[in-house]
Amino acid sequence: MVKKYYEPPKQSGQGQVFDSLFLLIIIYAVLLLPIVLGLTAGKTVTQAPENITWETLGQNPVMQKQWEKLGMTAENAAEYITARFDYTINPVALIITAVVIIGYFVLMLRLSDKEYRDVIHEKFD
Amino acid sequence: MSNQNKAASQGARERISLLKVLGPAHVWALGVGIVLVGEFMGYNFSIGKGGALGSIIACWFIGLLYTCVAMIDSEVTSTVAAAGGQYSQAKHIIGPLMAFNVGLYLVFAYTMLEAADALVVGDLLVEAAKDFGHPDLDPRPFVVFTIAILAWLNYRGVFMTLTVNFIITAVAFVSIYVLFIGAKGWAPGEFIQPEGLLTDLPYGWLGVISAFQFAIWYYLGIEGTCQAAEEVRSVARSLPLGTMTGMMTLLIAATITWYLTASLVPWEYLGVSYIPQYDAARALGNPFVTLCMFVGTLFSAVASANGTINDAARAWFSMGRDRYLPVWFGAVHPRYRTPYRSILFLVPVAISFAFTGLLDQVITFSILSGLLGYTFMPINMMRFRKLWPLGSIRRGYVHPFHPFPAITLFLLCCLTYFATFLGYGTQLLAMMTFYIVASLWFHFHRYKYVKRGDQFQMSWPRPKGY
Repeated sequence: MVKKYYEPPKQSGQGQVFDSLFLLIIIYAVLLLPIVLGLTAGKTVTQAPENITWETLGQNPVMQKQWEKLGMTAENAAEYITARFDYTINPVALIITAVVIIGYFVLMLRLSDKEYRDVIHEKFD
Repeated sequence: MSNQNKAASQGARERISLLKVLGPAHVWALGVGIVLVGEFMGYNFSIGKGGALGSIIACWFIGLLYTCVAMIDSEVTSTVAAAGGQYSQAKHIIGPLMAFNVGLYLVFAYTMLEAADALVVGDLLVEAAKDFGHPDLDPRPFVVFTIAILAWLNYRGVFMTLTVNFIITAVAFVSIYVLFIGAKGWAPGEFIQPEGLLTDLPYGWLGVISAFQFAIWYYLGIEGTCQAAEEVRSVARSLPLGTMTGMMTLLIAATITWYLTASLVPWEYLGVSYIPQYDAARALGNPFVTLCMFVGTLFSAVASANGTINDAARAWFSMGRDRYLPVWFGAVHPRYRTPYRSILFLVPVAISFAFTGLLDQVITFSILSGLLGYTFMPINMMRFRKLWPLGSIRRGYVHPFHPFPAITLFLLCCLTYFATFLGYGTQLLAMMTFYIVASLWFHFHRYKYVKRGDQFQMSWPRPKGY
C-alpha cells in the first residue's frame, strides 16, 4: 500500500507578498495604532496639594536634597510626585480579560492538537 | 546533467545551513547582552508601579520565575537542538499553531525590545546634549542609525555580531560596578541614602504585585540563549552553562542596580525616567561616574539591540523555512550564511515603534510577548515529560524537582497577567487581539502551505498517546 502524504500547494510570489503585507497590516492596526491614538497608556490620577512645598508633597529632607541634586524644585517635581497609578479594579474588565486569555490558550491548544495529530500521523504511520 | 547529478547538486544547495561556531561565552553574551539593558532602563518602571521596595520584592519573585524558565529551557533545548529555540520545541511537542504563536512571541518580544533599545539610545544622546547646552536635539535620526547599523552587522555574520556583543556587554556590566564604587555602595550615608529614600510601599501589596509587570524587564531575553542552538558547537554543555551563568549574573546585577539607583534618586522620579542609571550618576554628582554610566547605558542598549536583531530574525527565518510564513523569509545568505531577508523585514517594524517615543508601552508589548512565551513553557514541559518520559529519549540535561518549577512558573505567569491588567489592561487586550487574529489567520489560511510530516525533525520515537 502506498503512503499518502499531504502535498501543500505552491504559493505564488503575489500570494507571498499578500501574506507579508497582511502581517504588517495587523501589526500596525492592532498594536501600533492604539498606542498612537493614546488608548493604551497607563491609567493614572493626579492629586496635587493647593500649596506646593516639599512638606506638602510628603518629601523628607533626604528626598528633598536628592530632588535638588537632579535640578528639580518642588514646583516641577510635583508633576512626578502627585501622579499615581489608578489601581481601581473593574470586575467586568477583569473577567473579560481573563476570559480572553484563557479562551486564547484553550483555542490554541485545541487547534494545535488537531494539527499535531496530522504531523504525527504523517511522520509515523 | 544526469538525474543523479541534478539530485546531488540540489541536495548540496539544500544543505546550506547556519554555522556551528559558538561556545558557552557566546551563549552567555547572547543572553546577558540582550537582557543587561534591563539593568539600565525599563526595570525602574516597576518602581513607578509599586515603589522602590515593591520593585525589589517583585524583582526577586520574577527572578524565581526566570530561574524556572532557565531550568526548563535548558532541558528541552538541550534535547531539541534547532534554530528557533522555543519555536522548534513547540513544533515537536504541542503542534504547528502553538509553534506559530511561539515564533511570534519571540519575534515581538525581541523586536519591541530592539525598538526600546533604539529609543533609549536616542533619549540618552538627547539628555547628554542637553547637559552640554544643546536642548533641541531630535532623537529620531539616532534611532534609525542605531537600528540600521546593527541590522547591517547582523546581515554580515553571526560570529562577529556576538563577539562584538561579548565585548560591549562586558564593558556595560563593569560600569554597574563603577557606579557601586563611585557611590560607595558598601557605606550607606555618605552618598547613597537608603534610609531616607527606601521608606514605604506607596500602593501597598497590590503595588508589589503590580510591579511584577516591569520586574520582568530585569531579566527578559535570557531565554534567547536557546535561539542559537543550531549555531552552538556543543549544545548539551554550552546552553545550560551559558543560560545558568547568565541568570546568576543578572540576579546580582539587578539587585545592585536597584539598590544603587533607588538609594540615589527619589522613587517618583526614578519610576518615570528613561535613563535611570544616568540619572542616578547625575544625582551622585561625580563627572567620571556620569560618563561611565553614559557609556554603560549606550553599550548595554546597543548590545541588547544587536542580540535582539539576531534572535528575532532567527525566529522569523525558522517560520519562513517551515512555510508558516512565506518561504521567501527562509533564505540563508549564500555568502554570509545569515537569515538576511528576515533581518531586513523586521527593521521598519522596530523603527516604527521606536518612533512613538513611548518607552513604557513599547516595553509592555515586549513583556507581554515574553510572558505569553513563559506561559507556554510549563505546558510544554508537562507534555514533554508525558509524551517522552525520562529514559525514552536522550536528554542533554535533566532539570530537577519536576513538576514544581513548571507549576511555580505557571502561577507566577498568572500573577503577572494580573499585574499588567493593573495599569495597562487595554494594552494587554490589544496584544491578545493581535495573537488571536494571527492564530485564526494561520489555522484557516496559512496552515495549508505547511508540509505536515516535515514539522517533526527529531529522531525520537512516536510520542505516547498519539
